[in-house]
Amino acid sequence: MSHEESIVEIDDLKMWFPVRTGFLQSLLSKEQLYVKAVDGVTFDIKKGEIFGLAGESGCGKTTMGRVILRLIEATGGKVRFKGEDVFTFGKREMKEFRRRAQIIYQDPYESLDPRMSIFDFVAEPLIVHKIGNEKELVVDALERAELTPPQEFFHRFPHELSGGQRQRVAIARAMILNPEFIVADEPVSMLDVSIRSSILDLMVRLRDELDISYLYITHDLATARQVCDRIGILYLGKLVEEAPIDALVDNPLHPYTQALIAAVPVPDPTVEKSKAIIKGEIPNPINLPPGCRFHTRCLYAEEICMKKEPKLIEAKKDHRAACHIVTRK
Amino acid sequence: MVLLDVENLRTYFETRGGFVKAVDGVSLQIEKGDALGLAGESGCGKTTTVLSIMRLLPFNGRVLGGKILFDGVDMIKIDEEKLRQEIRWKRMSMIFQGAMNALNPVFRVGDQIIQAIRVHEGITKESASKRVEELFSLVGIDPDRTRDYPHEFSGGMKQRAIIAMSLACNPDLVIADEPVTALDVIVQAQILELMRDLREKLGLSMIMITHDLSVIADICNKAAIMYAGKIVEQGDIVTIFKHPEHPYSQGLLTNYPSIKGEKKKFAPISGRPPNLISPPPGCRFHPRCPYADEICRREDPETVEMKRGHYVACHMKNR
Repeated sequence: MSHEESIVEIDDLKMWFPVRTGFLQSLLSKEQLYVKAVDGVTFDIKKGEIFGLAGESGCGKTTMGRVILRLIEATGGKVRFKGEDVFTFGKREMKEFRRRAQIIYQDPYESLDPRMSIFDFVAEPLIVHKIGNEKELVVDALERAELTPPQEFFHRFPHELSGGQRQRVAIARAMILNPEFIVADEPVSMLDVSIRSSILDLMVRLRDELDISYLYITHDLATARQVCDRIGILYLGKLVEEAPIDALVDNPLHPYTQALIAAVPVPDPTVEKSKAIIKGEIPNPINLPPGCRFHTRCLYAEEICMKKEPKLIEAKKDHRAACHIVTRK
Repeated sequence: MVLLDVENLRTYFETRGGFVKAVDGVSLQIEKGDALGLAGESGCGKTTTVLSIMRLLPFNGRVLGGKILFDGVDMIKIDEEKLRQEIRWKRMSMIFQGAMNALNPVFRVGDQIIQAIRVHEGITKESASKRVEELFSLVGIDPDRTRDYPHEFSGGMKQRAIIAMSLACNPDLVIADEPVTALDVIVQAQILELMRDLREKLGLSMIMITHDLSVIADICNKAAIMYAGKIVEQGDIVTIFKHPEHPYSQGLLTNYPSIKGEKKKFAPISGRPPNLISPPPGCRFHPRCPYADEICRREDPETVEMKRGHYVACHMKNR
């Protein structure tokens, strides 16, 4: 499935949010503080690939999705979409980019406009982009999202639909402009377990049929394993490991990834129980630890880890890790 | 020894649209030391079942039938005052869903637990406060932090404090409603580890409500699968996870992603749970069941013990 051609290239991307302080505090300290939500991340997404981005809450995964789509302006770095620098796009190019890159949000109870009928909601992108033939295209999009028969949904409103159906509506709207790239931000975490698999199934099928590429943002490694081709693990705004999904799950290199995977409970009472290898919780993102950001919780931390920030380098073929100890050999 | 015996429990809610049959004929037994996982989709009646057991139903909910015996005490008939003084919290406590976010922000965490202890036990503030320190070290929080406010605690610590509160009066049975759902995976593993530990150390019995089957496999020894107000299958966890018999349990399990083992081919359960004001006749699962037959549309299946301790309610399997 992995074609060699990249559709999205992310290069040293940074998104820093300034911390607003009170007047007195601003007099006392000269330094402007930042929350470095995304802090120098580099990876690429190949055409037709589902690239997973995983990590704990507050690691910057949602911010990353939003910066890539330029829904917020990055602090630094580059995002190239099919070779073109997204951050230099003018108004017209931006509109074209908006057509080709879409997003599906986490909560279908929030992302749908409660006062718009399903038809109006799904057709709205067509109006924005002045594409005619609405009815036919809406029927098509709803059918693709497996909301059948489509006509039955035209005049219904979000409150009449279940969570799974709402997320299908969101997918139909994202699909109607024939995008090439979709950011799916925790698309199933708000849904019931029995519905999740059908939504993930639908996303994978659309990829297979239409060669769409996804950035799949999630905190759930078990579902990521089911749908992703490759995955990156984020910790405090940095990519700590990136590899094909099976390599990462079966043979994680970075101590943080190892801890994450050991912590996931398995729906099988006969295998080993989940383990909390590392203690504590994610530190405050304003006062980042020096050196490797993970060293405060790492079991193997050495002196170098406290001083020097490790680079994300290839430890094995197609398998990159940012850890002094793993990449030393 | 059977600690809790629930038989044919029926709890309905009175709404403007009619009676919602939230729990409709639920039977389960907890032996001393058991940890029962109660799983099912949202709205299937998991929480209503345990609220009926704790007698904490909202004003429009009523237990209309069945029996709840807790260590020989009839929980439906017992006088409210007696229940409050002798059973609730002292012998049976609960970790409510999202309770970690319900700690009062203007009171110290320790004081909130002291208050819970003193409502139920007539002891001095000093000895209650000493108990809180013990509880804190039991659940892995530094006892020096009893005088902190909730905002000074991280999510994992708040959940630990809530667990400490549930253990404050040495209960025999702890009911936990989605105790790890809102937590990040590493913190979740820490809390699960703690709960496994406490179960062992204190010989606790537990009912654990969750929609997350992997959590049940992780800490329970028995599991019950609920669908539309009924338990469709229950048994020990190895039987339930390895050889589920009910088509609904099978559907839930085959679609449950796992970090280990073979990658699964999804076979989603079509349709969605019924409206519990007017549930379908016969087996409530029949509109979504791939094996449904004539009899499933007509008759409610009985729960049959297929093998010792393994109960299934399905016409197809019980024949």
